[in-house]
Amino acid sequence: MIPPRPAGPVAAPHATAGTNVTRVMLWVCAALLPATLFGFWLYGWPAIHLWWLTTASAIAGEALCLRLRRQAVLPSLCDASALLTGWLLALSLPPWAPWWVGVVGGLFATVIGKQVFGGLGQNLFNPAMVARVMLLISFPVPMTAWTAPLPLRSANAPGFVDGLWITFGARPEALDAMSSATLFGYARSELSRGVDLLQSLAATQAPTINLLGERAGSLGETASLLIAAGGLLLLGLRLITWHIPFAMLATLALFASFMHSLDPARYLSVSTHLLSGAAMLGAFFIATDYVTSPNTAAGQLVFGAGVGFLSYVIRTWGGYPEGVAFAVLLMNALTPVIDRYVKPRIYGRDRRGMPLEIES
Amino acid sequence: MRILEKILGRRPHWGVHPDDHKRPAADAPLRSLPLPEVLHVPLQQHVGNPARPVVLVGERVLKGDLIAEPNGNISAPVHAPTSGWISAIGEITAAHPSGLSQLAITITADGADAWCERVPVADPFALAPEEISRRTAAAGVVGLGGATFPAAVKFNLGRRLQVGTLIVNGGECEPYLSSDDRMMRDRAAEVVDGLRIVMHAIGAREALIGIEDNKPQAIAAMRVAAAAFGNVQLRVVPARYPMGSDKQLIQTLTGKEVPADARAAEVGVLVHNVSTCAAVHRAVRRGEPLVERIVTLNGGALTRPGNVLAPIGTPVVDLLRFAGVSERPARLVLGGPMMGIVLPHARVPIVKGASGILAFDAAEARTPPAGPCIRCGSCTRACPMGLLPLEMASRIGVGDLDSAAGLGLSDCIGCGCCAYVCPAHIPLVQFFSHAKGELSARERSRLRNDATRRLAEDRAARLAREAQEKAAANARRKAERDAAKAAVGGGSRLLSTRIADTTSEAAT
Ligand code: SF4
Ligand code: SF4
Repeated sequence: MIPPRPAGPVAAPHATAGTNVTRVMLWVCAALLPATLFGFWLYGWPAIHLWWLTTASAIAGEALCLRLRRQAVLPSLCDASALLTGWLLALSLPPWAPWWVGVVGGLFATVIGKQVFGGLGQNLFNPAMVARVMLLISFPVPMTAWTAPLPLRSANAPGFVDGLWITFGARPEALDAMSSATLFGYARSELSRGVDLLQSLAATQAPTINLLGERAGSLGETASLLIAAGGLLLLGLRLITWHIPFAMLATLALFASFMHSLDPARYLSVSTHLLSGAAMLGAFFIATDYVTSPNTAAGQLVFGAGVGFLSYVIRTWGGYPEGVAFAVLLMNALTPVIDRYVKPRIYGRDRRGMPLEIES
Repeated sequence: MRILEKILGRRPHWGVHPDDHKRPAADAPLRSLPLPEVLHVPLQQHVGNPARPVVLVGERVLKGDLIAEPNGNISAPVHAPTSGWISAIGEITAAHPSGLSQLAITITADGADAWCERVPVADPFALAPEEISRRTAAAGVVGLGGATFPAAVKFNLGRRLQVGTLIVNGGECEPYLSSDDRMMRDRAAEVVDGLRIVMHAIGAREALIGIEDNKPQAIAAMRVAAAAFGNVQLRVVPARYPMGSDKQLIQTLTGKEVPADARAAEVGVLVHNVSTCAAVHRAVRRGEPLVERIVTLNGGALTRPGNVLAPIGTPVVDLLRFAGVSERPARLVLGGPMMGIVLPHARVPIVKGASGILAFDAAEARTPPAGPCIRCGSCTRACPMGLLPLEMASRIGVGDLDSAAGLGLSDCIGCGCCAYVCPAHIPLVQFFSHAKGELSARERSRLRNDATRRLAEDRAARLAREAQEKAAANARRKAERDAAKAAVGGGSRLLSTRIADTTSEAAT
């Protein structure tokens, strides 16, 4: 809620750090840009169309709600938070998903995921992840129909118009063969058929770990390194701190290496866990969402570790191959609790708030 | 927990790093202000009770003459900043955003600037510490860093608690300000002599001078001045706001943390500002009361920013004129941009605690509109006290002052770091000062109500007691009457038997 400005004359401080919410959000978008552009190149026009449909519907949903709540639409839209939400959602969708997935998801993200709670700063759950999970549960088929990369330069990549055809539901017959599984989906189905990972990953058709990200997956997951680079930019700009990404990735790596060392035939390796799926996107861009994560450094370590642990558990034993979105939502629910119990120590007081003993 | 704090860094990132803005004012040589024609000397220029005037309108005074005496234990005298005559004693606008008035003595200068008789002391270290306190108090020296606490009161406290370390605050972390910087560059010897006198006054073994690393010339000058004294050490501290806050400087220099509700002296340190030390030097060695100070004039609306030596009581307008106003200032601030107060107009005078006058142009004065909190946590990371500004503000926003107090509102030093970094431009400090004011008003009315209730209870108890006493008296009188009646009638036999009983008992 916006606390009312107390009445009275202008008060100190008479200076500000010269930043504002819009600038923060736009920097985050800028950090997503390299990975997004790379994803566009990898998956072609259908991905581009899905991206703008999703972001535009997120923005439209926000505008609609602001209108209904009789608030000034333009100033709030200008904070660019709806753009960022739509963008993050688009990055987590199968790049060739039909148009309505993006539109329903975008609208859901801002209307149900954010404005229903009261708008910017009020939502308990990350709006993009709320939308993604809703889509996954409601429309499991299009949400798990992944496309193998078909870079823009390649011969049979769909052009602008073909891309529109694909996005708007008239998928040309020839392209159906492109459907594929993500690495996690593939590993899971092979395991359930009784083929262990050592064999399945060695098989030629297997989507292997490719640092460049030329494999099936969402826009925001294949180019893990570009995502991580964007995350480092945010760290460098001090828009996020290291606590959440570090705690999340370290926890994930810890569990992955432990289980992998127990049985490499059943558990994927550390690098697979870190570099495929939404680990990087989640660590740097989703778990670090200001509104839905704890505020203190210690709280963020707890939160990040929780996301990492739950991601691993869901990926390995859960009902869905990819667990970051669920893990983030589960930890979002715990954020108020973490914020309540993990507080900084006040200067001059002990952790319980009692004045320190006098030592001289 | 300690180890965890070590790993996470024991509050390593408190505070903020505001843009400096100290230059070019800091590098311009110190100038003296031409003597103003009229000076308004407020009676309250220090923490504590306002001073009591001891002069009459029309009286002639010399520079340094006592014009108002301290009133109570925590108070300070006020002296004539120049020679002239008292032209008024009355109300002027206080240097406070409210624009309320306060009492001041107005002096019309005669232009001679003639000193009264001063009693110098050749060797202050031969004086008893109490005598140094006395002289400092008589000279009206108060903390010049802005807190304006009477210096001698702090000396006595330090002596009583046997403080071992004097910390000399050369932090001056507020952007735009450079008056302490100038003091250290131009008068390092005075500062060092003053701080040694302060050490003598409180019986401290050592002194640590903390100077932020963005003042290389001041560091160099002070290093030379302090070189001869083994027990005076200079420590360069990182430039980080609010390094000039006592608690943060103490922690940086000694690693000690002042417990909540305790004074620095209780952990064995006492903090004095560099300019205060210089004022002590003048007060004790030369017998000069505090009648002038260095004031930084800065801000986008000034053409010749810099530092000036100005008599106390100089109207701000004279200072602005001296520094050349290029445009109508959009905002006038007394003090630094982080904690300074807005002046209602330019006719208010400067006071002992006025380290700077800032004349902001329109761009500097722009206040961006506040938006909703995005829970970014910047405020929490910036708070040097380990508080949760966003939590406190949102509780205050819904009127829940008690839970804000439970989150440590009383520990907030009002430094402004949180509001400075807030990307949503929420006026956090305003929330806190509003809530602190509200809570103390509530506390006062609670005390008053308690007192009223106690009085009423006392009265009720007294009335009840009186009624009871009356009833008891009535009963006694009635009993006496009855007894008398019985004695007249058949009672006498009974009485004589009883007497007989007693005597027989005594006999056995
Ligand atoms: S800095 Fe401002 S926006 Fe960020 S958490 Fe604090 S109050 Fe909210
Ligand atoms: S809460 Fe108080 S002490 Fe903390 S940064 Fe804000 S003003 Fe400073």
